[in-house]
Amino acid sequence: MIGSRGTKQYGNVLDKPLGKGKTEVSLNAFSFLFSELVQYNQTRVDNIAELERRLEEAGYGVGLRMLELLCYREKGNKRETRLLGILSFVHSTVWKSLFGKVADSLEKGTEHEDEYMISEKELLVNRYISVPKDMGAFNCSAYVAGIVQGVLDGAGFPARVTAHYVPVEGQARPRTTILIKFLEEVLQREARLG
Amino acid sequence: MASIYNLFIINKSGGLIFYKDYGSTGRLDTNDSLRLASLWHSMHAISQQLSPTVGCTGIELLEADTFDLHCFQSLTGTKFFVVSEPGAPGMESLLKTIYDLYTDYVLKNPFYEVEMPIRCELFELNLAQALRKDKLGLAGR
Repeated sequence: MIGSRGTKQYGNVLDKPLGKGKTEVSLNAFSFLFSELVQYNQTRVDNIAELERRLEEAGYGVGLRMLELLCYREKGNKRETRLLGILSFVHSTVWKSLFGKVADSLEKGTEHEDEYMISEKELLVNRYISVPKDMGAFNCSAYVAGIVQGVLDGAGFPARVTAHYVPVEGQARPRTTILIKFLEEVLQREARLG
Repeated sequence: MASIYNLFIINKSGGLIFYKDYGSTGRLDTNDSLRLASLWHSMHAISQQLSPTVGCTGIELLEADTFDLHCFQSLTGTKFFVVSEPGAPGMESLLKTIYDLYTDYVLKNPFYEVEMPIRCELFELNLAQALRKDKLGLAGR
């Protein structure tokens, strides 16, 4: 029975406050599940671009749901309507609830006005993954890129989001950059809003 | 300072899936390492059958004049063994550490096929780190 264990009784399920949710899951369990997800998709594709696309698709649905859930939980049912607002929402709120920390950095692209980058020294999904040399620049963070795209699309900021490895000087491991390229309409609207 | 000569990982059917040598002593070429790995696999299996003790899990330590061979078998039948200087301490815990790294960086890697040779960048990176730490730890004793 709903609400029977709590101190307060709720007649309607919609009146019941949404639980904070369990904030942590086992990293091992997640890693095995994610590994299976990649392997499953790998058997169903012909090339690496296709695999990347399928991982992005898998993340997209997660992103849409995360947006809805987090807007309700953290933002009092309001969503961000400005470009910088939604970017910092992804960088801090979404990241915190997914990975337990805010992203290492959020930067604006130097060459293009419509590009933003979220960088991570070591993304959680990549913790145990070594990409073989013959797969070139493939990055399993395509899944995370999909999540980001889902969040942005759902909030009305359509963008093309991709994941890349970026080598860092003096470090054996490259860092991962999530590149966000907004569609023109978004920037035009942003300019109108001033 | 104690040091290890080589590290082998063999799958449950005796195939060598990982080999690395350390230092200049006891280096083996590819054929020799494959031969030694499958030989050890068979010896290990035979020792299990011949042992007078009930429930024997196979040889754990082989002591020779010039080297020690420490072996650890995981529940799934993957065997890890190191050849080290005679009387080198802390080899059991080192094998456990290597097993830990194997479960993390090899088994959780979507691009690794079970029972196949290990080619994982992160595994080798962390292995090198663990061995370096182990060496420092031993030097401090």
